[in-house]
Amino acid sequence: MIIGLDVGGTHTDVVLVGKEGLINQAKVPTEKTNLFDTIISGLQRVTQGIRVEVIERLVLSTTLTTNAILEGKGEPVGMIVAGGPGLNPELFRIGNHYYPVSGYIDHRGREVQPINPSEIETIASKLRADGIKSVGVVGKFSVRNPVHENQIIKKLSNGFDYVLAGHRVSGNLNFPRRIATVFLNASVQGIYKSFFLAIQKSIATMGIKAPIYVLKADGGTMSLEASMNFPGQTIFSGPAASIMGALSYANPRVETLVLDIGGTTTDMGILIDRVPLLEPLGIEIGGLRTLVRSLNTESIALGGDSVVRVKEGHIFIGPDREGPAMAFGGSVPTPTDALIVLGIMKEGDPLRAEKAMAFIGEALGCDPISAAREVYTAFCHMLLGAARAMVERINQRPVYTIREFLDAYRVEPQEIFIIGGPAPYFAPKLSEMSGLPTRVVPYHEVVNAIGAALSRTTCELTLFVDTERGIASAPEDGFYKPVGSNFSIDEARDLAVSLLVQKAQNEGASSENIETEVVEELQFNMVRGFYTTGKNIRVKVQVKPGLINGYRVELSKELSLGDVSNPMTVNPRRLE
Amino acid sequence: MIKATYKTGLVFFPAFDWAISPTHPEREERLLYTQDQVLEEGLLDIDGIVEFKPDMINRDDIRRVHFCIPDEWSVITDSHLISGGGAKTIATMVVNRVIQRGFALVRPPGHHAMRVVHGARGFCNINIEAIMIEYLRDAYGIEKVAIVDTDCHHGDGTQDIYWHDPDTLFISIHQDGRTLYPGSGFPHELGGPTAFGTTINIPLPPRTSEEGFLYVADHVILPILEAFKPEIIINSAGQDNHYTDPITDMRFSAQGYAKLTEKISPHIAVLEGGYSIEGALPYVNVGIILALAGIDYSHVKEPDYDPDQLRQSPEITKHIEKVANQVMEYWYKVPEIKEKLLNQGGIKERERTIYYDTDNILENQREKVKVCIDCSGVWSIESWTDRGRRIYAIHVPRKACPSCEALGYEWYESTSLKLFDAILIQDRKNRRFIVKKHPM
Ligand SMILES: [Zn+2]
Ligand SMILES: [Zn+2]
Repeated sequence: MIIGLDVGGTHTDVVLVGKEGLINQAKVPTEKTNLFDTIISGLQRVTQGIRVEVIERLVLSTTLTTNAILEGKGEPVGMIVAGGPGLNPELFRIGNHYYPVSGYIDHRGREVQPINPSEIETIASKLRADGIKSVGVVGKFSVRNPVHENQIIKKLSNGFDYVLAGHRVSGNLNFPRRIATVFLNASVQGIYKSFFLAIQKSIATMGIKAPIYVLKADGGTMSLEASMNFPGQTIFSGPAASIMGALSYANPRVETLVLDIGGTTTDMGILIDRVPLLEPLGIEIGGLRTLVRSLNTESIALGGDSVVRVKEGHIFIGPDREGPAMAFGGSVPTPTDALIVLGIMKEGDPLRAEKAMAFIGEALGCDPISAAREVYTAFCHMLLGAARAMVERINQRPVYTIREFLDAYRVEPQEIFIIGGPAPYFAPKLSEMSGLPTRVVPYHEVVNAIGAALSRTTCELTLFVDTERGIASAPEDGFYKPVGSNFSIDEARDLAVSLLVQKAQNEGASSENIETEVVEELQFNMVRGFYTTGKNIRVKVQVKPGLINGYRVELSKELSLGDVSNPMTVNPRRLE
Repeated sequence: MIKATYKTGLVFFPAFDWAISPTHPEREERLLYTQDQVLEEGLLDIDGIVEFKPDMINRDDIRRVHFCIPDEWSVITDSHLISGGGAKTIATMVVNRVIQRGFALVRPPGHHAMRVVHGARGFCNINIEAIMIEYLRDAYGIEKVAIVDTDCHHGDGTQDIYWHDPDTLFISIHQDGRTLYPGSGFPHELGGPTAFGTTINIPLPPRTSEEGFLYVADHVILPILEAFKPEIIINSAGQDNHYTDPITDMRFSAQGYAKLTEKISPHIAVLEGGYSIEGALPYVNVGIILALAGIDYSHVKEPDYDPDQLRQSPEITKHIEKVANQVMEYWYKVPEIKEKLLNQGGIKERERTIYYDTDNILENQREKVKVCIDCSGVWSIESWTDRGRRIYAIHVPRKACPSCEALGYEWYESTSLKLFDAILIQDRKNRRFIVKKHPM
């Protein structure tokens, strides 16, 4: 059995999943100031009456790093940045201990200007004097050759708790994002580590001996131990949890739009043939763009509790929320009130809901029921508009070869999946308006926790081969190997895949769950003068985000998907 | 967060799967390191810099500018349609005010492609800037356009296309034609009789450095641009003036290109040549993008940049001042000479031989233009090649007067197919392109 736990803004969802399906589920309120108790009480609730020895795996999706970053609770970080020529490295200054230094590596990984050891020593003693415990070291093009980052780290010597090199966070090019990513990881690492050591201890005292995993923003998991070094990867794992949960119900060979409708916001994502679409570079958090691999999700400020207003005869919904719907004791009209007036939702105080819609009706010049219908339609219209805009942005992504250009692959969702509290109420209208089969995902209220429970370990690896220089390297993973002039792209691909499998296993994957794919493969003849002097090969491989084997099939077997107009109701099987 | 002063759009289309031939300078690898540098600098994350996917141009776009022989599809590849499309996309975004400035970082280039196209010359098949400009004219009614060609080679294709167009100012700075392909571009080449003075050539001596380029920008390019008052300024941004370029002999730098871009302030830059793919292009392109966007580029330098070593000699400085003076002297006399030419009227003829170095074709042309005081004049070209092709091409300008328009059709009707493989009329006034051919 597997436990999946997803900490949300208001609730924390926990599930216990067995090979036969969902066994138990629980919802506990999220105490923002006491995430520790929230997690432990969630785990206790879901394991009530269960022999904990049967638990094989435990996956946590938390908001710890996200909150620490957004609330500015990270620790100070000493940043040592070797920028070389280009944009002024001062432009990327972050934190109060930022030091641009000399040293420059070019696009091929060749050293152009060495580092200055005494410069580093001076900075190191200054950082120590300032009481800095976390240090980030970032060089331009360090993913092509990490020698400067490594030299700087060696020079720093002792006295720091955590030192992170830029080439370790991603194989992708983007110096400013590398700086931001290293900074974020380093600033939350202390908090993250002490928090999860405590969690680990408590889980052990509960008698659970299963390995613990955490969910990442890319919808994959990694072992808790491995995550201690790269806590930044757990930013925004929540939206990923929902999308991964929906994944097992998606139809193969189609494109699926996933909408997770909440009280304040709706998260949108895309599945292509049951594989979630990834962000090209990485997530953005608190205004910082990073190289943290993540699913391509977009969040819009539109939810069941968004404020409804009328301006010049038009309905506007959101972006703000002012507490719950009027039917649940709130003070302003919301889409939820409209649902109650229309009889679609049978909860809350119908009289207060009607009052809310009467208020809207007055501004529109119509009766409360018509007003509710208008609000309902406007909500679905806005949602579909935002989804279409997101799909268009995805389709506008540039390509760099004629073949890809002429292929002109376009994402065009053929079905819509909705999850989240108000999901069943919006399904019929969304279907009618979009003309697409629209389904409420089974267990839609805890599907996020199911997603966390069943996601497999993912990772990515970039191999860079330069036969003129005679090297194959994957600095992200500390890999470096001399190669001959006839090293081929096939050898490069094989090498990249074997390194990837090794990496996935180190991060907690079991070998039967490693499904690899080539994401990018480019080969160039390097010509100098009129002679071919070597080959420049770039291969990027990944473990596909997906669900672990053995669970998905069983889960979906017992569920027949409801027809379009008849959203499914929640009816989990409970183990008494 | 860095913010661009001018909202700047980029189309980046490196055509990683296209080459003229495996070891040709115009090959897959050409923009690889530029892409590395642009990505590593994080330029696409800057607030106010946006990347667009290119459109493709179509046959009508090409037919506004060229006479492709035997037809469009025989002389171009998909890569040309996308590279032209990249320029068109950027231009559309600029005129629709989605962006203030734009850079089409595309390949293959186009500034050696002339009106009649039998094949490739100087790595160019179709003129992507001209195709872009003529699209803007038809779709958005843009009239006055200036092109500043800063490629090291004379932009003889663009010059040929706009030789008779008084609404297009073409200024080319390049390495002296006596020392470099294509061997043209001298100060006395000032345009046809009806467009006299809207072609300006500034040949620079080999080993010209930053100082020299910026001198002609200040003393020739900017004053002439100022006087012409274009609605839109295009920069044919070739980068082969760089001190590391393998096929030219100049001493220009990334800093220099960025400063020059800042001075010219083009709305649209289109990549042309530039074959120092590691030593120059990554830095020059970053410099140009930053200069366009109005972001500090002072740290953009080649790894081996040494301005003292690159400084031009006093003799070169003196030579450049002389060239600049000569160009300006000619330019001051333009109104007077143009009036004289127009008063002469009649039909002016010229004969030329054009060599297609890339495809090894020799073309002969006999051109005639009606010197008209009411419009820029109908013109025609008889063209025959050493491959045995012979065609007759007629151009009716956008603002043709009724008599020039009628004359164009009279030439078209009265010319017999006995002498030619095809007779073509490019009627820009009525947006028509008609071909008369032997039945198959
Ligand atoms: Zn050139
Ligand atoms: Zn006329």
